[in-house]
Amino acid sequence: MINHTKRFLWLLTSVLILAALIPGSTLAQGSYPTDDDVNAVAKQLYCPVCENIPLDACGTTACEQWRGIIRDKLSEGWTEDQIKDYFVDQYGDRVLAEPPKRGFNLVVYLVPLLVFVGGFILLILAFQRWRTAEPEVRSRKNAKRAAESRKAPDEYISRVEEELNKRSKG
Amino acid sequence: MAPDIGFGSLLITLIVSIYGVGAAFYGEQKKKKVWILSAKRAMSLVFPLLTISVGSLAYLLLTNHFEIVYVSQVSSLSMPDYLKITALWGGQAGSLLFWSWLLAGFVSAVTLRKWNRDQDLLPWVIVVCLATLAFFVLLNTFFENPFISYWQTPEGITTAFSQPPGGIQLFPRDGGGLNPLLRHPGMIIHPPMQYLGFVAFIIPFAYAMASLITRRADDRWIQLSRRWTLWAWLFLSLGLVLGARWAYDVLGWGGYWGWDPVEISALMPWLSGTAFLHTVLIQEKRGMFKQLTMVLIILTYNLVIFGTFLTRSGLLSSVHAFSKSAIGPIFLGFIALNLIISLWLLNKRWITLKSRQVLTSFFSKEALIILSVVLLLGILVTSFWGVMFPKISELVTGQKVTVGPPFYERVAAPILGGMLLIMVICPLAVWSYASFKHLGRLLWKPFIVSLIGIALPLYGGLTRWPAVVAFWLVAFVLAVNAFEFIRRTRVRRKNKQDSLWDSIVHVLKRNRRAFSAMIVHIAVVMMAIGIIGIEFFQTETQGTIPVGGELSLGSYTMVYEKLDIFDTNDGRNVARAIVSVNKDGQIIDTLYPRRDFYYDSNQPVTIPGVRSTLVDDFYVILVDWKVVSSEGATFKVYHNPLVKWLWIGAWVFIVGVVAATWPDKKSKPLPVRSQ
Repeated sequence: MINHTKRFLWLLTSVLILAALIPGSTLAQGSYPTDDDVNAVAKQLYCPVCENIPLDACGTTACEQWRGIIRDKLSEGWTEDQIKDYFVDQYGDRVLAEPPKRGFNLVVYLVPLLVFVGGFILLILAFQRWRTAEPEVRSRKNAKRAAESRKAPDEYISRVEEELNKRSKG
Repeated sequence: MAPDIGFGSLLITLIVSIYGVGAAFYGEQKKKKVWILSAKRAMSLVFPLLTISVGSLAYLLLTNHFEIVYVSQVSSLSMPDYLKITALWGGQAGSLLFWSWLLAGFVSAVTLRKWNRDQDLLPWVIVVCLATLAFFVLLNTFFENPFISYWQTPEGITTAFSQPPGGIQLFPRDGGGLNPLLRHPGMIIHPPMQYLGFVAFIIPFAYAMASLITRRADDRWIQLSRRWTLWAWLFLSLGLVLGARWAYDVLGWGGYWGWDPVEISALMPWLSGTAFLHTVLIQEKRGMFKQLTMVLIILTYNLVIFGTFLTRSGLLSSVHAFSKSAIGPIFLGFIALNLIISLWLLNKRWITLKSRQVLTSFFSKEALIILSVVLLLGILVTSFWGVMFPKISELVTGQKVTVGPPFYERVAAPILGGMLLIMVICPLAVWSYASFKHLGRLLWKPFIVSLIGIALPLYGGLTRWPAVVAFWLVAFVLAVNAFEFIRRTRVRRKNKQDSLWDSIVHVLKRNRRAFSAMIVHIAVVMMAIGIIGIEFFQTETQGTIPVGGELSLGSYTMVYEKLDIFDTNDGRNVARAIVSVNKDGQIIDTLYPRRDFYYDSNQPVTIPGVRSTLVDDFYVILVDWKVVSSEGATFKVYHNPLVKWLWIGAWVFIVGVVAATWPDKKSKPLPVRSQ
């Protein structure tokens, strides 16, 4: 009998500890969520009227009511995700700060990624092409030589330089 | 009378602009200089003409002519005079006129050049400038006329410029007043700066087009437009920073940048403009990437027009957007026409712009600059896509979505880090050829110094690695620039045996362009410090407290002392809390967060109380209050570390760009010292 009671107490304690560990149940029913708890959720939501202003920063009455709903749900023990889903069900995906990663919305994430990868591949290919276009400039020595040959006596340039020298001395 | 003068000069400007385009074109085709000269005179006339128009509107605003629709929409009796002038750009029609006026200012200023050289470019510069101006003036004349007034007709109240049949002019007693969010000192200067930056890009674009049309493949257009480009870039940058400052001071969400679509539409031309400035440098030094430079200036100019389109078409809703309007499709048509003509031209000249030079090393200056250009364009593409996606999604799936800050930040943050890294290496890289070994030799000393940037934050208890990396990069950039400066000064001293001071002055003077670029880059780093501070380390709390109650955040505690509610004589009802800020048990400041309610427009504005130091900002917002209750008031408090560096960086930035554009004293050769 004692054994049974002990086992039951153990079980109860473990369940309670587990319950406390599961996110969302941290706010036990009845405990009143703080403004910071509400804002933490509101920050991630946008009301359909005040476009581009996150819910936690919006001063309109409608947004105040939404924050009230969040507060109620939190005090009922809802998790952050449950509350977000609730608003999505009511008003659609636009209440989220980012489109959910499914269906057509994946395009919004894929395009920048593809552009980046594509851009860098193009850049590397271009660099390669440029380098092979002038193969003799691969080593430092050759580069120097190439640079010198670029500096090859150009009559016009040497005359200009001469002229400049004369001027600065004069 | 004033509306007639204003509208009359607007119409004359339109006629003069169209005439100028025709005359320049005809003169060029027939090689008749008289016609080109006449077109040039037409171009110098547009600014004075539009000044009359803008002056008339300003007069109507200042003298409360509420029978004018625009005046009654954006002004009211209770507004002070400086705000009535601000109202000039506070609404759709007026801001378009203001935009045209600034554009005309730049366009007319181009004619002040002597034009004794490069005369072949002149007619085409005139055509591009005046055609653009004609487009904007056309919008103002036929679609968004700021001079129309209210009329009472048998059918009801209507708006028209001239008297409709049986109409009697209406004179409302007061106007609706300016949007309260715009009644802030930052708003007086932010839009003009932004507009200046936008419109000034017309000049390099016009030169670029003229260069393409005249089949010139040289850099002359770049030299001619270099200063214009730098000024355009400065104004655009300042416009962005001032906008950020205004958001920080007025919008009351504790931040400075919200990735609002209209902010992005101002950022996009800045990104491509910055890329343009850098490829120009490669073109000048190495004769490379001429095609890319052309693409970038075409892109920048069209993004400027696109930005104006986004704000004015009613396509987007944001704090910036004006009301829905019919001018959207016309704008789109103009952008399309612009793009088609300029890209067609570029395509025709593509081969002639091809460079014979090649990239020889991954670590050369030009390779690194190109890499940073690619990164800038990466942010640009992401931004463009993020702004357009909600519309695309609505068209395809019928569902609206929000693309908010997390989307942009995910891309922009690592790219900014990458750009900082490039800014580390770039000052040390040389043109044409550089090896990793060569760079390594120059980099190791600054690298060791930069470790302070890791050690200090770690010592201070910082554990978030992106922030540690960011601080390290900042320290690295600063160290590299300092070492480079010291190295050059030492070389000079060694060679010339000058005094230290003389060497410093000489090095600064001799490499003014390089050092002004260095100042600008250091300014960017300072701004980066501010951005890192607020993005990574912002903390916030909110609470409702009674008078005498406390709210703590970090090492700060605020005490709610008092709440005053009163009316002002400029039509506001102000609720102002007095809050003392304590740190370590000492009162260090008193703040006055408040909520202004504007009676005329029935709108509230939240003004935070901010204590700002070099280390951090303590930012208090009055969210709500109960007048007769023990519940007290609700405050939202933000702790924004280092954000002041963002604003200081902006000042340094101005210094750098002004130094870069300062006229050279080329005529006097440098004195040669005899040994």
